[in-house]
Amino acid sequence: MATKILGERIKRKEDPELIQGRGHFVDDFKLDGMLHMAFARSPHGHAKIISINTEAARKAHGVAAVLTGEDIKGKLGFVPCAAGMEGLKVPDHPCLAMERVRYVGEPVAAVIATDRYLATDAANLIEVEYEMLPAVTDMEKAIEEGSPLVHESFGDNIAFTAKLEGGDWKSIEGDPSVKVLKQRLINQRLGPMAMETRGVIASYSPGEDTLTVWSSTQIPHILKTQLSLMTKIDEARCRVIAPEVGGAFGSKLNVYAEEGVACFASKMLGKPVKWIEGRRENLAVTIHGRDQINDLEIYYKPDGTVVGLKCRILADMGAYHQLLTPAIPTLTALMILGCYDIKNVAVETIGVFTNKMSTDAYRGAGRPEAAYIIERVIDMVAHELNMDPVDVRMRNFPPPGKDITLATGVSYDTANYQKTLKKVLKLSGYSKLRKEQQRLRKKGKYLGIGLSTYVEICAMGPSSRMPAGGWESGTVRVEVTGKVTVLSGASPHGQGEQTSFAQIVAEELGVPYDDITVYHGDTAQVPMGIGTFGSRTTAVGGTAIFYAAQRVKKKMARIAAHKLGVKPGELVFEDGKIHTRDGSKSIAFKAVAEEAYFARELPPGMEPGLSEMYVFEPPNYTYPFGAHVAVTEVDEKTGEVKLRNYFAVDDCGRILNPMLVDGQVHGGIAQGVGQALVESLIYDENGQLLTGSLMDYAIPRATLFPWFECANTETRTPVNPLGVKGVGEAGTIGSTPAIVNAVVDALSPLGVRHIDMPLKPEKIWNILKQAAPGGQA
Amino acid sequence: MIPEPFEYHVPKTLEEAAQLIAQFGEDGKLLAGGHSLLPLMKLRLASPKHLIDIARLDGLRYINEKDAYIEIGALTTHYRIESSSLLKEKCPLLPMTAREIGDVQVRNKGTLGGSLAHADPAADWPAAAVALDAELKAVSTTGERWVPASKFFMGLMATALNPGEIVTAIRFPALPARSGDAYLKHRHPASGFAVAGVAVRVTLDEKGAVESARVGITGVATAAYRASAVEEAIQGKSPTARNLLHAASHAADGVEATGDLYASAEYRSHLARVYTERALAAAVERATASR
Repeated sequence: MATKILGERIKRKEDPELIQGRGHFVDDFKLDGMLHMAFARSPHGHAKIISINTEAARKAHGVAAVLTGEDIKGKLGFVPCAAGMEGLKVPDHPCLAMERVRYVGEPVAAVIATDRYLATDAANLIEVEYEMLPAVTDMEKAIEEGSPLVHESFGDNIAFTAKLEGGDWKSIEGDPSVKVLKQRLINQRLGPMAMETRGVIASYSPGEDTLTVWSSTQIPHILKTQLSLMTKIDEARCRVIAPEVGGAFGSKLNVYAEEGVACFASKMLGKPVKWIEGRRENLAVTIHGRDQINDLEIYYKPDGTVVGLKCRILADMGAYHQLLTPAIPTLTALMILGCYDIKNVAVETIGVFTNKMSTDAYRGAGRPEAAYIIERVIDMVAHELNMDPVDVRMRNFPPPGKDITLATGVSYDTANYQKTLKKVLKLSGYSKLRKEQQRLRKKGKYLGIGLSTYVEICAMGPSSRMPAGGWESGTVRVEVTGKVTVLSGASPHGQGEQTSFAQIVAEELGVPYDDITVYHGDTAQVPMGIGTFGSRTTAVGGTAIFYAAQRVKKKMARIAAHKLGVKPGELVFEDGKIHTRDGSKSIAFKAVAEEAYFARELPPGMEPGLSEMYVFEPPNYTYPFGAHVAVTEVDEKTGEVKLRNYFAVDDCGRILNPMLVDGQVHGGIAQGVGQALVESLIYDENGQLLTGSLMDYAIPRATLFPWFECANTETRTPVNPLGVKGVGEAGTIGSTPAIVNAVVDALSPLGVRHIDMPLKPEKIWNILKQAAPGGQA
Repeated sequence: MIPEPFEYHVPKTLEEAAQLIAQFGEDGKLLAGGHSLLPLMKLRLASPKHLIDIARLDGLRYINEKDAYIEIGALTTHYRIESSSLLKEKCPLLPMTAREIGDVQVRNKGTLGGSLAHADPAADWPAAAVALDAELKAVSTTGERWVPASKFFMGLMATALNPGEIVTAIRFPALPARSGDAYLKHRHPASGFAVAGVAVRVTLDEKGAVESARVGITGVATAAYRASAVEEAIQGKSPTARNLLHAASHAADGVEATGDLYASAEYRSHLARVYTERALAAAVERATASR
């Protein structure tokens, strides 16, 4: 019997080098003659550039070049936006500002010098004369007539309007049993805050006319194409390497101005140019997440059936579009019904330009907003009807099954929402918790129990519905020595797919896990790829590798069969051997590998070598789901919230490595709790970022959390042969509404129906104060 | 960290350090654990031309018991205070405060003297220092003096230190009999600094009434302050929940509380009152247990 490896808690291949500090991130690469870049950035939310004086900076010690918008005009392409939708306004997005600045932190000039300190000192010597213009940072003001315009030529600040409607609204019109509830929800702006900030080294070789770029990116192949287009260096001469990447959460699923300028400067100077983002830059000028205002109309019946949902989504684009900016809120619209069979839906999404940094994909990318909306909707209905939120959920779930199409037109691959909910109720001891809550309420204590039963859209995705291809490539190459090289076009950056990919191949080829080495992130090594985002890497990239392994296996079986004088179909691969089912004939895996390359006795007509690539095109997305329970205590005097327990049951399809799944879920929960409790990026009305450092911008820390009690159900998806769905964003999507529902639940005896995030103690204290007799908490 | 250029000096003795700081005047800054100064330099909010690194003056790293006092060298790290068994017994307020500072890395580098001399309005140590009326030893080329904490904190990052003076030691009164200490804090979720931090020492008389209470509050105003109104309100009273609550209601009396993005002045004052009540209760409980 072969060693079972798929589904096991295998330790990560990635960890030994990382925990010993031996991994190489962008900043660890030091090239001969390398120069360093720093930026002078806009201090204003909106201003006209009158003049830029670079004189002093150019003369400063160690400075090789100073670049402004004028220097790159017509020579370096705009920052690209891949999202395409009807009527979308796409502003020119130069890598260095020209004529105007539109958000605080917008790059105005770049200084390239012999070291980072000198570059920074010289950047401070650049004098820019600005004429201040009125800024707009509030979306509602931005769509009003007469608002300052972020882009004058567009005539207004509306980037796009999209409508999604489904069902038969007439069927509930005039139905006296249908009640309507209106509510506004705010999904505040967040900073993705990867541990490693962004960074890039561009190295142009004038002799060879080649450009090599090391970037902390999730999408090396897409970045290569885009940088080639921007710099007009033939794509065949461009190479992008994503070395170790210290987290991204969607923020590195992008092409940034700084990457373009680094390439331009390297080509101009014929020397490598490095830029490493500082933490404050990271907060100000790496894309932000969320930032929506959702105005809801909820139509429901006295038995808890939700019969209709209307929502106007105002989605803040920021000043420019980054790669996917306008596409993100469309995912909110698509997933707004969550896992509930609500028959009527109408969503209007309005993308709004403001004088802020662009928003874009941040862990969940549009779906956390959707899950937050619908999970709050269900709890608000429960609150209005004085029903248990479990009952309202059960009433609105579709029956378990496959290919369930909702009013939004979305077709869920598999669904068994009852199962995960029941499991988490048991895991959490839900009915006991409710009893405890009753007891504590009598003592004036506020215990809250919050549910969330989310569904997400993952494994992105069918190419027909993606901006730039949704497939992924996988290559499996058995080397002459029998060792196995695996190449993936995905670009994991912490998720652990070197491990799960090796597990897939070890299982298929029956070779030791340690004999398999997985590479990704180098466009010169991996012929084609899309990248890692949208919980797609294992479901799409892993499937490509699975099929590539099967192709190699088929070829090896033919070679082995030829050698052994049997039929290929009789052969089994296990424990480093290829043998007949009855074990009578056997040949070492290594021997077959050697034969494939020495090619002395190959079957007639067979090509030598053992390298196979497969490009997997997924037929649909996957729709993982789960049920979470959060238990919170609210301090009755201070409004402080303590997260006491957290229970999560996630169904991400088949689990290849439970430890990796736990890791993704734990981190995801933490990040989602961050939004619910502490995180908020705040701009003032002039466009100044008020939470510009980690002294002001709170991120979740270990001390915020109890032990997470996690469990799974495994409903395999039919979308791919591995049955895996994706889990990278599940925790984040599930946890935010669970926390808010819990705190609102705690305060529901006070008549509280909703509180906007983050649930800061002072906000809650104000509620307690108003509710207390005499107004004093 | 990309600060502006500076010259770096490593004096080998305290005398040498005092000479350097006297020599450079406004252009010089002392560097101890670096946890107050370096963040400012990183933001280029502080750009001293001369950095005088005193972290290697090992003679300023000690915890000694002297009569009814505990004397601590200015370069003693938060962690060393947190883990000192002597202090846990003789002056528990100090380890209690130390463990609320930042995180383990910060506590391993940051120093008591550095934090006090920097006088951040939301730092933890000033609460303990004013509550216990600690004394700070200031040394310069012209001599040395002891400054009481009540006269040390002058306002936002302003102290009674004269140019050229170095804080070298801090003296705290040891825990008397029938006494209990407590430090409770509402921590800023981003910075970890005190939004309201309350340090309390309660001494009970033989009958169990409050003989004296000392209350120091940080984070609430531009400088840490002694909440005398609380102390007076509880002195001589029985430490019942009702009396503690009443006394604590004076925690922000006459104080101009600061407000920011995270917490308004009103909420800060409220936190001061609630945390004072809770810290008093915790200190009374310990004092009662020690009787």
